[in-house]
Amino acid sequence: MTASVPNALSSGTLASIRRGMHAALPICMGYLPIGIAFGVLAQKAGLSMIQIGLMSLMVFAGSAQFIAVSMMQDAAAGISIVVTTFIVNLRHLLMSSSLAAVMPPTGIAKLSLFAYGITDESFALNHPRFIDGDWDIRSALALNHTANAAWVLSTMIGGYGGRMIPDRAFGLDYAMTAMFICLLVYQMRGKWYVATALIAGVTSTLMSLWFEGNVHVLAASVIGATTGYVLQRTSLRKAAATQSSHPSTSKDDA
Amino acid sequence: MNTEDYLWIVAGMGIVTYLPRWLPLAALNRTPMPEWLCRWLDLIPSAILGALLFPAVWTTGSPKHFMVLHPASLAAIPALWTAIKTRSLGWTAVIGMAVYWLLETWAPAWMHTP
Repeated sequence: MTASVPNALSSGTLASIRRGMHAALPICMGYLPIGIAFGVLAQKAGLSMIQIGLMSLMVFAGSAQFIAVSMMQDAAAGISIVVTTFIVNLRHLLMSSSLAAVMPPTGIAKLSLFAYGITDESFALNHPRFIDGDWDIRSALALNHTANAAWVLSTMIGGYGGRMIPDRAFGLDYAMTAMFICLLVYQMRGKWYVATALIAGVTSTLMSLWFEGNVHVLAASVIGATTGYVLQRTSLRKAAATQSSHPSTSKDDA
Repeated sequence: MNTEDYLWIVAGMGIVTYLPRWLPLAALNRTPMPEWLCRWLDLIPSAILGALLFPAVWTTGSPKHFMVLHPASLAAIPALWTAIKTRSLGWTAVIGMAVYWLLETWAPAWMHTP
């Protein structure tokens, strides 16, 4: 059964790669408008097409890239751009450890290459497929890198076309906000996620009126997640307590 | 921005973005994270996205001030609807940008602040 014939092996690999690329198509369609919008805004902020492509290749994280470009436009210090990027992209830590729990044993080289392509979108597709067991590292790598190629290319297209597009045209300024709305909707898997987003959002809005720069995003995120965590824990403990006294009446969607 | 500064910033962004993506996978799940940390990290994306989104929608101008009705907040309604219905990043972006553009162009003057 195992591939003693090289052709059989390579056609299996090709089939896996093709499956991965096919699964990546909806991500690519999503990246196209966002990537072009990012490229145009980055071009307006003074970046060249090569610089834009380089950032998309090295960072590959849409939200952080939008924020970095707007910070560069405000002449923010390099270190504060890097720190903001770190905090905004810290969420990949959990995605990576969730993937580690469901992936079959894989060599470190492939894992390291795979890690590069972990995004909100690729995680949403790879994770359930690994759980189903109907997915291998070759398909996952193909998915990630197809999405990455689409991101790099669409941001560069935007960077190239940017000079032909007038300022504030086509609502491009709204691309980042729309992206946040969609990513936030993906996260809303229960009441604690909604509560956390509301607490962080209101805190951030109030703080942004008083503090310059992006400090409010970091502070409000930590306050929101910590408050949400404490509320959730308190409620779960209360539920556990009532459950132990009235076993039939407790249903909590934590 | 000069090229060398730019390269340093992008390299720094690349490293701090790659590390959280790589570490848990490289550790191969041999040391599972404590329960409380998992729960806290699970809420972090909601918190960050809320913290990024709300000020973008409800503040405007320079210096910043609070504003309830303006193109950014109104366009959020169809964008939110699209995101819930289609769960598509692309459609949410397209609908959000289109409505925002129309409102920017046609909204009454009181909605525009310097």
